[in-house]
Amino acid sequence: MKLPAFDYACPETLDEATALLAEAGGDAKVIAGGQSLLPFMAFRLAAPSLLVDLRKIAGLDGIEVADGEIRLGAMVRWRDILDSAALARALPLLPAAIGHVAHYQIRNRGTLGGSLAHADPASEFPCIAVLCGASVDVVGAGGHRTIPADELIAGPMETTLEDDEIIVAVRFPRWPEGRRWAFDEFALRHGDLAIAAVAAAYDMDGPHIAHARVAVMGATDTPQRVPPAEDALNGRAPDDDTFGAAAAAASAAIEPTEDLHAGAAYRRALVGTLLRRALAESCAREREAAE
Amino acid sequence: MNTPNTYIGGHVERVEDARFLRGAGRYIDDVTREGMLHACVVRSAVAHGRLVSIDAEEALAMPGVHAVLTAADVTGEIPTIPFRRPNPKIGPYAQPVIARERVRYFGEPVALVLADSPELAEDAAELVLPEIEPLPAVVTRDAALAAEPLLFPGTTEDNLAAVFTAGKGDAEAAFAGAALVVGDSFSTQRQTALPLETRGLLAEWDADAQHLTVHGAAKLPFFNRRAMAKMMDLPETSVDYVEHDVGGGFGARGEFYPEDFLVALAARITGRPVKWVEDRREHFAAIAHSREAEAQVELALDASGRILGLRGEMFMNVGAYVRPNGMTPVRNCAQFMSGPYRVPNIALQATAYVANKTPAGTFRGPGRYEGSFFIERLLDMAAARLGLDRRTIRQVNLLTNAEMPYPLAQIRPSDGSRAETSCDSGEYSEAFHRCLQAFDWEEKEKLDGRLIDGRYHGIAVSCFIEGGASGPAETARIQVAGDGGVEVYVGSSAIGQGLETVMAQIAADTLGLPMECIRIYHGSTTYLAEGWGSYGSRATVMGGNAVREAALALLARFRALAARRLGVGEAEVSVVGGQAVGPDGAVLDLADLAAEGLAGEAKFLNSDATYTNGTAAVHVAVDPETGRVEVLDYVVCDEVGRIVNALTLHGQVTGAAVQGFGSVFGEELPYDDDGALLVGTLADYLVPLATDYPRVRCLSLESYPSPTNPLGAKGAGEGGIIPVGGAVANAVASALRAFGVAPNHLPLSPARVWALLNPPD
Amino acid sequence: MEITLTVNGRAQALELDPRTTLLDALRDHLQLTGTKKGCDHGQCGACTILLNGRRINACLTLAAMHEADEIATIEGLAPPDDPGALQAAFLHHDGFQCGYCTPGQIVSATGMLEEARAGWPSHVSPNLEAEVALDRSEVAERMSGNLCRCAAYTGIVEAILETAEQERDVEPREAAE
Repeated sequence: MKLPAFDYACPETLDEATALLAEAGGDAKVIAGGQSLLPFMAFRLAAPSLLVDLRKIAGLDGIEVADGEIRLGAMVRWRDILDSAALARALPLLPAAIGHVAHYQIRNRGTLGGSLAHADPASEFPCIAVLCGASVDVVGAGGHRTIPADELIAGPMETTLEDDEIIVAVRFPRWPEGRRWAFDEFALRHGDLAIAAVAAAYDMDGPHIAHARVAVMGATDTPQRVPPAEDALNGRAPDDDTFGAAAAAASAAIEPTEDLHAGAAYRRALVGTLLRRALAESCAREREAAE
Repeated sequence: MNTPNTYIGGHVERVEDARFLRGAGRYIDDVTREGMLHACVVRSAVAHGRLVSIDAEEALAMPGVHAVLTAADVTGEIPTIPFRRPNPKIGPYAQPVIARERVRYFGEPVALVLADSPELAEDAAELVLPEIEPLPAVVTRDAALAAEPLLFPGTTEDNLAAVFTAGKGDAEAAFAGAALVVGDSFSTQRQTALPLETRGLLAEWDADAQHLTVHGAAKLPFFNRRAMAKMMDLPETSVDYVEHDVGGGFGARGEFYPEDFLVALAARITGRPVKWVEDRREHFAAIAHSREAEAQVELALDASGRILGLRGEMFMNVGAYVRPNGMTPVRNCAQFMSGPYRVPNIALQATAYVANKTPAGTFRGPGRYEGSFFIERLLDMAAARLGLDRRTIRQVNLLTNAEMPYPLAQIRPSDGSRAETSCDSGEYSEAFHRCLQAFDWEEKEKLDGRLIDGRYHGIAVSCFIEGGASGPAETARIQVAGDGGVEVYVGSSAIGQGLETVMAQIAADTLGLPMECIRIYHGSTTYLAEGWGSYGSRATVMGGNAVREAALALLARFRALAARRLGVGEAEVSVVGGQAVGPDGAVLDLADLAAEGLAGEAKFLNSDATYTNGTAAVHVAVDPETGRVEVLDYVVCDEVGRIVNALTLHGQVTGAAVQGFGSVFGEELPYDDDGALLVGTLADYLVPLATDYPRVRCLSLESYPSPTNPLGAKGAGEGGIIPVGGAVANAVASALRAFGVAPNHLPLSPARVWALLNPPD
Repeated sequence: MEITLTVNGRAQALELDPRTTLLDALRDHLQLTGTKKGCDHGQCGACTILLNGRRINACLTLAAMHEADEIATIEGLAPPDDPGALQAAFLHHDGFQCGYCTPGQIVSATGMLEEARAGWPSHVSPNLEAEVALDRSEVAERMSGNLCRCAAYTGIVEAILETAEQERDVEPREAAE
């Protein structure tokens, strides 16, 4: 399980980095934390000719919670997200989901940019980015562009990034006061890849749910929103019946994947169970906060 | 013992651990040699096929690549790996050390690349291209039994490597007269021991001396030396197996594997030291698998729940070849399925069939874990049918000390190892009661089958025996060094079980010396002319008694030498605390006589097995919507004859129990229809983590010493894993009683438990 | 390529293939073999080291990426003659059998105790902003990246808890900010 041979570059600017990537014409890979790429290479599932290390490039780290949006640099590590009190207040769904990422040694290294670029269907960050409608800023040899998170993810382990493009930041819109959220994940052991996970966020318009968003990961080949489940929530009271209906809608709507550990029927059922429980938990959390 | 006992039975901290804590343990990958080459094994990616050719041209052209060895580099017949216990039928199923014309499993070695670095060796191995014409793969029992295709055409007529029967009394009559017969089909899944340190070898060939040294020994260095010497056509004394620290064995490490020969051959051909360290991916396909068993068995009982008979068939998938101990789980499952219970009539048949999968060997509690799962499920099913308490049905059948020695079923064909054997001692209901008391069965029973906060609670109890002290012998030599320190050489191997501590305790107590004086040397053929090793829960009993006898011999020699030095009769010398005292009060230390050759040697012979008995009780909660089973409490109580070291014993038992949870809930080695192994990472092979299970509660008793050996000890440690399958499956069945599910097929992964509750339409 | 690594306070220049993982650099090039290799793909934690005080898996990073970093391994945690409180607690609680995962466990526990001191919440912490109180489930959760196949987890968790408690008794935590 030795890594296949490659050249290593550690540029100090994005221009240099994108130029190196452009020159390699698809044979190069960016390395940030390396927590997904290096195991892939150890199993020789990837054999890039060049690794471009981002560690010396300024401006790729940092968590900025501003009035209009939250900006997370691509080199922000899972530990930084879990450490950030500002983020815990502004976007509590994110640290709650990231608490399910692997184990502590990995969280000290893994970066959110790497996670997006790797596009593992069982990864938490891409799912939260999709759910929240985050924007992904990328830089390539030809300049900048911004890609909505759901358009960045093209398939399992597949993105719409060009060969010379590097993710530099992810921007989340700020949440209104009082937005409720839900997250639950089922993995075989804690820290394992999700067999299924659900995330949701919604506002309360008087006694009724509004602006509901529901997303699924792990059970489908990409992280994705589930509009029928959102429809089942909007305009209804946040009670067991509503949550049950949303859960049933989510189960029915998805096309579950199958692998060694779980079949499609099981994943379909899990998604419903997790969503119903997570939504109930979102209300319980409100009640606790009110007390 | 002739001296006050101060260490045996004590809570003695391990002596090995100081080096482990500093990172100073020395495992095989930490051993290097100047100028050594690194080996990488090229393995078949095809499960079954004809090996047409191997193109190594491109690999050999790489700078830094020295050789690519294939079957063509072996002169004469390709040697096959010997069996530990041969029987009449298995001969043709032995594994050649490298594939020549046919490959029979995914991962079978076809070539060995030798290069200057492990990186280059792996790069080159990717360029070695075996051409293999695929043949249909035999993956399932049905395909194997249909003998279509045969794995060994020409030399065999079927795919059955062995058929064992375990018999006792008249089972047919017992079933005819039974008030109740319960039976069903059961299965346990293929898994492996997965020591955290992968295997590794470093071979050195001394051409001048014609001497081969193999580093990386474990478990049974002397057997492997014999095997290697024969394959290499060398006298046994020209081969040494050297043991370093070993990162876990659990039955799988240390057997003779193809790489043992290939790495040694490479050293002999190149004249340079050759090192091979298995990587984790190849480990999954290369190390022995175990536990793939199916059973159709039934139990006959009278109306009061007394067992009248046990009969049925088992089928074990032993993989493509019969490895050295591949038959052990097969025969054990048949012979020991009756466990700790009084079963007067037994007719069981266990068939070992070959298939295109990694060859099987042992994993902790081989065959015993499987058999215990089968009979414990049957007992709970019988209790339900008879309206009996699940405790009662066990209690009336547990053996009593008055019945000892109690014969178990006879195994046929005899393979030279205890075809006939008897439980040795013990009032088996004692551990049973102590376990249930500690578990608080009455209180927990109130929760049994109830839905609380969305989860169904269930409890169960399961009883077991653990055979130990595998014969026939073990050796030890003790000598006093010039500084007065005592050097103990023992044929047992250390596989991470705390061997050095236990042997030092026994030596120190026998000699009446502080443990600090004792230095233990083990597991290498350089220390003793012959020896056996560590398997089948034997080291404490066999090695321990050998050390004790060697120490007694040393004391006798000490007394004789002291008497001569003091000019008195031997009877007038008293030996206490490492000192000889003459009638006039003159004192001689061990060191005073060291120069005169103060040593003792012993070969402890014993062919009678010891049988630890015990009981485990478990409390689980099942989430019916996710299928997740949480173990809330687990208590195991065993009766071990004599506790030498409570700390290491409890460490072994609780560790084994947690490994058992891994077996029951997640660890599995699935194959596809073409015989490709689908698991190659630790992300997919789900061994227990710190978060997964509660603290296992462990009690040990020593009321019934084994009559088979002077220490009175019984082999222990494997017992932790044996009852886990039955206990957990019965607790899940009890929790889900409202649904009438039968958890008869392991593993009980969340998806499988969910499927029990949501059967496909 | 040429690279200088600073390990256990000592800077050493090495000539390495860029593909050399930090783990292989430590073991094969600096002869620091205390750091163990259990899987080489980030699943077992046997190769845990401290990178600028934070625990990481040495198999999942390249030596070339750490020229500017402080690396600590098991060999650097305590002098040979003085095992340290954590190591003593592992001995006392029988926190191992075969010893192969032990260096990784000790280094990981060292990093973990530091994380807890710094107030980093775990997945099972009830409140993300409260002070971290270590108990059995917290310690098990925080050590979940270190596999012990001998399953000496009970002893490992108890050893770490004891060390944390001793620490708390000796140096009372400063009042929360």
